[in-house]
This record gives sequence, structure tokens and C-alpha cells, in this order.
Amino acid sequence: MSEAQGQRTIRCLIAKVGLDGHDRGAHVIARAFRDAGFEVIYSGLHKSPDEIVTAAVQEDVDVIGISILSGAHNTLVPKIVEGLEEYDAFEDTLLIVGGIIPEDDRAGLREMGVAEIFGPGASMDETIEFVRENAPERD
Amino acid sequence: MAGSDTDEAETTERSADQQLVEELLAGKHRALARIISKVENRSPGYRDLVSALHAHTGGADVIGITGSPGAGKSTLVDKLAKRYRDQGLTVGVIAIDPSSPFTGGSVLGDRIRMASNTADMDVFFRSMSARGHLGGVSTATADAVTALDAFGKDRIIVETVGAGQNEIDIVKTADTVAVLVPPGSGDDVQMLKAGILEIADVFVVNKADIDGADRTVKELQEMIHGRGDLAGGHHPGDGLDVALSDRTGDDEGWEPPIVETVAKSGEGVEELLETLAEHAGWLDDSGRRQQQARTRYAEEIRTLLREDAARLVASEVERRGGLESFAEAVLARETDPYSVADDVIQPIEDCVEGRK
Repeated sequence: MSEAQGQRTIRCLIAKVGLDGHDRGAHVIARAFRDAGFEVIYSGLHKSPDEIVTAAVQEDVDVIGISILSGAHNTLVPKIVEGLEEYDAFEDTLLIVGGIIPEDDRAGLREMGVAEIFGPGASMDETIEFVRENAPERD
Repeated sequence: MAGSDTDEAETTERSADQQLVEELLAGKHRALARIISKVENRSPGYRDLVSALHAHTGGADVIGITGSPGAGKSTLVDKLAKRYRDQGLTVGVIAIDPSSPFTGGSVLGDRIRMASNTADMDVFFRSMSARGHLGGVSTATADAVTALDAFGKDRIIVETVGAGQNEIDIVKTADTVAVLVPPGSGDDVQMLKAGILEIADVFVVNKADIDGADRTVKELQEMIHGRGDLAGGHHPGDGLDVALSDRTGDDEGWEPPIVETVAKSGEGVEELLETLAEHAGWLDDSGRRQQQARTRYAEEIRTLLREDAARLVASEVERRGGLESFAEAVLARETDPYSVADDVIQPIEDCVEGRK
């Protein structure tokens, strides 16, 4: 939308879900996104998929970054996707996953609707660029 | 782009917005969230959205909560929301956080404190950044409140750091304003003098279990008494609440009481709820609610007019080659600032005069 209001601010939810209590990575990402000019909402630790869905819907975020280091991604991610669908919020929300995801699981996650997976060693610039380019087109 | 294309795009946009309004009124959370984004971003068509919603508002009690950083606002809001839910009421929360003036980015952290309600869709919690909105954050906040009100929320809480004029304007969208004061902070009480004091309907000394809480209560009392006549202590209370002089004294005296709370444990929250309800009752009985709303709408209209007029002038300046070129001409002593202003305003003035 060409509008004099200037650039739209990208809103992101950085989500920690399940029992995994390691949030260093989530913090680093939150800060980097903020410095990139995004508005970042951090979920806090140990959230249920329902809580993530509530936050994503209410905050109307463009992007959900789910950080999972516990290995439970194959059960948690589908629950989040289902919840988003229930509120009609799945279609135009960019879903990315960061953390430790085995190679074998990646195709499956993509099939569920995850746009990209950032493992250890992914560069911050690359992640930010990906979000900028793929944040859903809204007005 | 051809004119017809633009028209078509506009028509689809309008009908999409109409659908959003219908969905919001039907109780769809996604639509509410999307409309708040649109008013926050000042997206095309947001004015029509707010206009369409206005007729459906007026049902909610709006409570403003402000105070210095770390006073415990978010934790208290969480507890209040929980109690309201227990009473079967629905709640909307707007939490405003500062944003970086350099990148425009921000980490909106108030949501983390909402521990009791995080999976409850009927506590609609929305974080807003205090980014440089056109017309100020207060206008965007007022519009977001309109959306929540039209959605049918019974209670709407607006939470913001009480640090300046902007924040004062924000909480003015509320019917009832609670100012939080953490104990043991003489400086904070000092800060309150700078204008925040006047907007308080209720003072909350949070973290009342900390040493120095008594002193803070006392300091508050003294300060409030210092600004007006003593109205005498007749506020019902258990010794924690202290009656205070009213700000104006002559309008059936609402006396901002001091309530002590420990937000973390929930202590005192019940009293705070009662006090808020009392104030709401007083607003209704005294006719103050109408009066406040009238003042608020007048202020809103004034802000909008100023905003719109400024935009009109800006485009006129742009059309004439921009501010820079005027400045250049003034610098070269070809003209002066007053003449430039007169010059730019003239056609607008003519227009207005001509319509009389």
C-alpha cells in the first residue's frame, strides 16, 4: 500500500513454548529484532501452545518466531498451527522456528506451515532479512 | 495508474473494512486485533473504521493505570483483570511501552506479567509501542479503546508509564485514573507533583509490604493536603484508606483515596476494586461521567482538526516547492517568516471566508 504514513512496523512474537527453559537465544533474537526496528513481544518462558495462539491473535503479529530446544517441536508446532487456524490467523502469519531441529524433522515442519527453520549458526542478518522479505503483505 | 483502477481498489478496500467491522461486532477476535492494528498504523480507511464503531460504544468502564517504571503496574493489571473475569466480566487491556527513538523498534514486555490470564481470550491484551504516531499516541489509544468498547468489553484498562505529557494525555481517555506510587521513593512523590497528581482519582501505594510504605502514604497525604483545603476524613476505610481533599472542592467532592496493595500476592486488590467501583458509581450519580466524556470528545475533535489542518497546510507548502525553499528565501532576505506564513495561509483563508 503506497501511503504517506511511511513504512509499516513489523510486529513479531518471540515464543518459548513447552518445558524448555533455555531462553538465551530468544533474548538475543528479541534484541536483534528490536534493533532492526521491529516491535517485539516476548512471550516469556514455559508457555502452552494455547497461550502462544492467544498472544499472536490479540497482538496481531506478522511473525511468530518459535524457539524450541527441547525436541518437542513435532508435537508443539502442530498445536500452534491448529490454534491459529481456529482463529483464522494462520494464513497471513509468518511462522519461523529457531533452535535445535534435526534434519529429518525439517521437511515435516515445513509441511505443517513453517516458513523457515534457523538452526545454530544461522546469521542474525540473514534471519532479519528473511523476516523483512517474507512478512505477510497487509495494508 | 488509471483512475478506474484506483476506484476499484478503494471499493474493495472499503467493503473489506466493512466486513471487518461486522466481524468485530459479531465478536471475532481476529477482526478486533486487525482493526486495532489499522488504527495504530493509521492505515488507509482507519477513520471510517473508527466512525463506524463509534455508535456501538459507551458500554465499557475505562480505567487508566499509570506510575513510574517498576511501580508494579502490569502485575496489578493482571490481578485486576483476573478479578473482573471472576465476576464474569470481559476485559480489554492496552499496555503502552516506550519505543526506541533511534530504530523505532521496541520490546513490548508487559505481556509477560499477565501470568493469570494468558490463555484467556476474554482478556484481550494488546501491547502498543509509543512510536511516533501521527496525532500522538493518545489518539491511537483512544481509537483502540473505541474498538474494544464496540467489541463489548465490560472493563478496559489502559496502562502506561507516567512520565510526561503524552502519558497524561493517554490516561485521560479513562473514566477513572489510578496512579501507582512505589514506597520508599521520595523522588517519585516529587515527580508526581509535576502534573500527575492532578489526574489521579485513586492513589495506589503498591508493594505496601516494603519498608517505607507508611512513609510514602504519609508523604502523599501531606502533599495532597498541601495543594488544597482539608476536606476531612470521611472515606470509609480500615485505616489504610485516607480521605483527601478534592481537587476542586466544589463538585460534590470525590476525594482521591490512597489504597495500599501488594500486587504480587493480590493483597489489597479487592479494596482497590471496590474503590474503582465506588468512583464509577460517583461518576454516574454526580453526572460527571457525561461531563468528562463531553470534555474528552471536545479535546479529541480539537486534536483531529489541528492534525487535519496541519496536513492541509503541509501539502500546500509542498505544492509551492517545500519548506526548504521558503527558508532559503528568508535566509537571502528576500522575504521573512511572517510573510511566508501569511502567503501560504491566504488561499485557505479565502476559501473559509468565501463560504460564510
